[in-house]
Amino acid sequence: IMSAPAAAGGGGRSGAAAADWGGFEDNMQGGGSAVIDMENMDDTSGSSFEDMGEMHQRMKEEEEEEAEGEAGAAEEEDGEFLGMKGLRGQLGRQVADQMWQVGKRQASRAFSLYANIDILRPYFDVEPVQVRARLLESMIPVKMINFPQKIAGELYGPLMLVFTLVAILLHGMKTSDTIIREGTLMGTAIGTCFGYWLGVSSFIYFLAYLCNAQITMVQMLSLLGYGLFGHCITLFVTYNIHFHSLFYIFWLGVGGLSTLRMVAVLVSRTVGHTQRLILCGTLAALHMLFLLYLHFAYHKVVEGILDTLEGPNMPPFQRVARDIPVVSNAVLNTTAKAVALTL
Amino acid sequence: FPGLADVSISEDIPVEGEITVPVGSRSPDEDYSTLDEPVRDTIMRDLRAVGKKFVHVMYPKKSSALLRDWDLWGPLVLCVSLALMLQGGSADSKDDGGPQFAEVFVIIWFGAVVITLNSKLLGGTISFFQSLCVLGYCVLPLTVAMLVCRLVLLAGSGTVSFIIRLIVVVAMFGWSTLASTAFLADSQPPNRKALVVYPIFLFYFVISWMILTFTPQ
Repeated sequence: IMSAPAAAGGGGRSGAAAADWGGFEDNMQGGGSAVIDMENMDDTSGSSFEDMGEMHQRMKEEEEEEAEGEAGAAEEEDGEFLGMKGLRGQLGRQVADQMWQVGKRQASRAFSLYANIDILRPYFDVEPVQVRARLLESMIPVKMINFPQKIAGELYGPLMLVFTLVAILLHGMKTSDTIIREGTLMGTAIGTCFGYWLGVSSFIYFLAYLCNAQITMVQMLSLLGYGLFGHCITLFVTYNIHFHSLFYIFWLGVGGLSTLRMVAVLVSRTVGHTQRLILCGTLAALHMLFLLYLHFAYHKVVEGILDTLEGPNMPPFQRVARDIPVVSNAVLNTTAKAVALTL
Repeated sequence: FPGLADVSISEDIPVEGEITVPVGSRSPDEDYSTLDEPVRDTIMRDLRAVGKKFVHVMYPKKSSALLRDWDLWGPLVLCVSLALMLQGGSADSKDDGGPQFAEVFVIIWFGAVVITLNSKLLGGTISFFQSLCVLGYCVLPLTVAMLVCRLVLLAGSGTVSFIIRLIVVVAMFGWSTLASTAFLADSQPPNRKALVVYPIFLFYFVISWMILTFTPQ
């Protein structure tokens, strides 16, 4: 794969550069063998376009170095006229230029590796029908747990569900007049939802690694993301209709269904009773408790409890300043009444 | 350019812009001539461009002018004015009921970036800044709604004013979403339009929610 373009490029260049091309090929493939030595390959994401881009970059730079070499040779003659100072200045310039080239090459390689949006592209390759089907599937627990169930490694649905949960949470916080002291409403909502999605996914992935379950990180992110669909429905309904019993029914019913689905999929991918118990128990507990937390932490009823809990923690000078006139008034009134009674 | 073959513009888009035929050879001085013009000309040219885009947003017929000559002045002005109007205005720091300036700013720009990344990942043919430009300009109806809400709240804050505010905000939210969809959805493969429209809907929904629940302290 590598030799064909190199040969084409070599054919188009001046004859003086032919020897360079031989050396170039040796560098890349270790002696012209057909086997590509993987140790020498950069760890790209597998796109061969990046390798081609690197090769073109090197070709361009060798061209530039050659041109520079010629220009440098012309300049050297001038430099000799200037004596030692001219030579050192020109050498310094070449060194600086070479360092700039190396730095630019490394920076562009790092940029194309990490800021390459194409890394995420395969995870967003979905159709609306598929998303809708997966949303509905996330509420239906599978029956077949002896055969590993397929999990689609897709990130569009989970990401949209997390953002929807953020929007619902904001609505709930606002209608219940939650007062956030250290931070903002928006920051709290985003931090909670994304923190849960990423944090619990990583934790369960780590547990799955310990329990020898067959699941990758992207699949875990996708599974937990779709599991938030039940949370979205429950919170959307119960933030608008404030009945505690309704919330408990939804918590057990809808939350339970989505938890059962996630647990069934994980069980189908784990071997051994203890491992299954650990993994699924943890996931079920965290998922159900999160829904409980979301309902109670941002709900009107708890507002009163929060206020009474925070009462004794208020700064003392405020309480004293407020209480003294009241107390003094009360004392004055009672003494006045007592005095009036005795008189 | 194989990628450009996928861009489909429907035939009812009016072609607009300026056609200038270069006369003779351009001397190097012409390239720098905008430095010598008075500041008023520069500002008026930019203001006129921004104003033309505002008109495009308010009457969203399918045109490519917004996409071709993108600029971020309009979104900046709209974002700053919206954030200023949405400030809580409460001197009491204990009761942070309203969104702060920085919060609104970050939400709008971060949300626009996320939607742009999403549309690019889904295979869109629109560039990063073009998408930011369109999303920013389509905040204009919601800024108008915020202005109207503030005026209505000056009159009183009862149930009637809430209903008026609700109607105005919902109407403007629908207008914003439709306007941005008219510009952005064309750049997507036809069967994935719904996947791109949903985050835009969510984005403008959050901004509308911030406007509707705004209560002056």
